[in-house]
Amino acid sequence: MNRLITIALAAGAVLIGSAATAGTLEDVKKRGHLICGINNAVPGFSAPDDKGKMQGIDVDVCYATAAAVLGDANKVEFTPLTAKERFTALSSGEVDLLSRNTTHTLHRDSALGLNFTYYNYIDGQGFMVKKDLGVKSALELDGAAVCIQQGTTTELNLADYFRSNNMKYQPIGYETAPQTRDGFDKGACDVLTSDKSQLAAQRTELKNPDGAIILPEIISKEPLGPVVRQGDDVWFNIVKWVLFAMINAEEAGITSSNADDMRKNSKNPVVRRILGVEGEMGRELQLSSDWAYNIIKQVGNYGESYQRNLEPLGIARKGSVNDLWTRGGILYAPPIR
Amino acid sequence: MTEHHQPLPDLPPPITSTGVIGWMRQHLFSSPLNIFLTLLSLYVLSIIVPNIINWAFIDANWTGTDRTVCDANPNGACWTFINVRLNQILFGLYYGQHADQIWRPITAFIILAGLVGLLLLPRLRFKAWLGAGVLLLYPFVAFALIHGEWLGLPVANSSQWGGLMLTFILASVGIVAALPLGILLALGRRSEMPLVRAFSVTYIEFWRGTPLITVLFMASVMLPLFFPSGVEFDKVMRAVIGITLFQSAYTAEAIRGGLQAIPRGQYEAADALGLGYWKKTIFIILPQALKISIPGIVNSFIELFKDTSLVSIIGLLDLLNMAQTASRSIEWKGYDVEAYIFAAMLFWIFCYGISRYSQHLEKTLHRGH
Repeated sequence: MNRLITIALAAGAVLIGSAATAGTLEDVKKRGHLICGINNAVPGFSAPDDKGKMQGIDVDVCYATAAAVLGDANKVEFTPLTAKERFTALSSGEVDLLSRNTTHTLHRDSALGLNFTYYNYIDGQGFMVKKDLGVKSALELDGAAVCIQQGTTTELNLADYFRSNNMKYQPIGYETAPQTRDGFDKGACDVLTSDKSQLAAQRTELKNPDGAIILPEIISKEPLGPVVRQGDDVWFNIVKWVLFAMINAEEAGITSSNADDMRKNSKNPVVRRILGVEGEMGRELQLSSDWAYNIIKQVGNYGESYQRNLEPLGIARKGSVNDLWTRGGILYAPPIR
Repeated sequence: MTEHHQPLPDLPPPITSTGVIGWMRQHLFSSPLNIFLTLLSLYVLSIIVPNIINWAFIDANWTGTDRTVCDANPNGACWTFINVRLNQILFGLYYGQHADQIWRPITAFIILAGLVGLLLLPRLRFKAWLGAGVLLLYPFVAFALIHGEWLGLPVANSSQWGGLMLTFILASVGIVAALPLGILLALGRRSEMPLVRAFSVTYIEFWRGTPLITVLFMASVMLPLFFPSGVEFDKVMRAVIGITLFQSAYTAEAIRGGLQAIPRGQYEAADALGLGYWKKTIFIILPQALKISIPGIVNSFIELFKDTSLVSIIGLLDLLNMAQTASRSIEWKGYDVEAYIFAAMLFWIFCYGISRYSQHLEKTLHRGH
C-alpha cells in the first residue's frame, strides 16, 4: 500500500515537473546567468581550451544566447551532460538550453516534449576508406570490414544501409572514437564509418592522412541544433532567433570586427534592423534593441563561429550543406523584419 | 672440576647461500623450470622496459605550451599537454579557467592535511574533540572555500567542479559519511530487535544488490523528475548521497565480519560486568571489531575511491573524465594515452597512500591477543 502511494506521488511529481517552467527568460534574467547543457568533449563543437574556456560551435550558441538576453556573452554556466541524461536535464529545468550535438527527430520533437529551434550544424553519416582500395562509392563496399564506435546510432544506420543495398559487411566495434581511428589506422578494417564531421577530424589524425579518402555518400540525416522545453514560446523564439541572427549577420556581411562601424554608418535597412538601429525587433522578442548587436560583437556571426571552431578540424565549409543558401548550402534564415 | 664443553664458533654459511648470490639461487634459479622462467621474464622485460622508459622519459616532451613541440617529436610522450592542462585536470572547469582562484581549493586541502597530520600525532590532548571538530566542521569550511558564496568570493557552482578535486570530494565525503552509517547498520543487522534487524538486512541487501552505476543514474536522471522544477537539487549532492548510501552497505558488511569474529566470551564478560548495550558495544565490542575489520573497510574505501570515476555517467567531470575531456580538445586531440597514464598515476598514489595508512593503523592498534 505504502509503495502504491509512493508510486502515485512520484507519477504526480513527474506531471508537475514537466508542466511547470514557463518563463525561462525571467528565470535567466533573475539568476543573472544562463545555464547551458553541453557535451564536454567533442573538439570543434564543445571542449575546453587551454585556459579552461569552453570553445566550439555548440557552445557559441550558449554564448550568443547569453549575449542576447543578458548583454554579456560570458554569463553562461555550462553543465556537461551525457547523451542519456540530456533530455531529463532539460525537461526538469536543470538547464535552460541544450546545445549538445543533438539530432532533430520526430520522436524527440513530439514524445519527449522538446522543441528544436534550428540547426547550427547539419551532419550525416559517411565512410572513410583507404585510398589504395580504389573504392569510389559506398556501393562498392560489399564484404568490407567496417570499424565503428559501438553503442551509437551509427551502428543502426550502417546495418540499414548495407541491408537495403543487399551488401554484407563485418563490423569491428570499438568503445571510443580514438580507438576506432586507431583500428582503422593500423589496418584492422578497410572502412571507417562515423558522422562526416568526425570523419574529417579523424582523417587529419591518421599517420598518413593522404592515404585515406572520404566517400561522397551520406547515409543518414543528422541535423544538429539547440533544444528547449516545449511550452515556453517566448524562450523558444529567443533561442531560435539568436541562431537566425547569427546566420543573417553573415549574410548581411556583419562581423564582430565591423559591427560597431556598421551600426554607426550603414544605410542598409537590413543591417540597421539587425543591429537594432531601426525597428522594434528586440522588443518584440522581449529583449533589448541591441540584442543581435551583442551577439555579433561578442561571439561573431555564424561564419566566424564556423571558421574559428570547425575549420581547424579540416571540415571544409565551402559549398557544403552548412554553407549559406546564397553559396550553395542550405542554411537559410528568415528575415529579421 | 667439570670441564665445560665449549663448541667451536659456527662457520659462516657458504658464500653461495648468502647475500645477493644466495638470494638469487634460492629465489630465481632454484630449479630448471625456475631458471627458464627467470630468463624468459628477463627477456620480456628487456624488450618492454627500455621502450617504456624511452617513451615516457628520455624522448618525452616536457617543454613548450602547445602541440607543435609534441607533433615534431611523436616518439616521446607529450607531457607538455599535461603541463598545460594541469589546473583543469586537478581542479576542473571553473578553477581551470580562473587560475587566480586556485588558492581556494589548495587552502582547503592544506587545512585538511594539517588537521589530519595533527590527528596522526600520538598522545595529543583533546584528540577526540579535535577529531569530532574535523568531521563536523571541516566540510563546511571546505565548502565555503571551494564554493565561495558564503565568503563573498566569486561563486564556483558545483556543476563547475571537477578533476582530482571532485574525485577527492566525492570519495572523502562518501567514506567519512558511510562509516558511522555502516557501523549502525552492522549493529542493526545483529540486533535482537526484529524490526531493526529487518530494516538493516533489507537496506544492506538492497544497496549491495544494485550496481553503483544504477544508483548514480537513478540519482541523476530519475530523481529530478520527482521534484517540481523549481526545486534544484545539486548534481554533486545527488551523487554524494547516492555514493554514501551505497558505500554504507559495504562498510556495514565489512564491520559485521569484525563483529562476528569477536568471541562470545567478550560479550558475556561485558554482560557480567553489568554494562548496558551501548556501553558494552562502545567500550568492549566495537574497538575490537573495528580493528579486525580494518583490512575489509579499507579495501572497500579503495574500491570506492576508484569507483568515483563512474560519475562520468552522470556528466560529472571527475579526474578520469576531466583528463579525457582535456585530451579531446582541438589543441590536444590525439594525446589520450598521456591523459590516461597521468590519471592512473594519481589514482595509484592515493590508493597506495590509503593502503599504507591502513597498514600503519593495523600495526599501532595491534594488542597482541
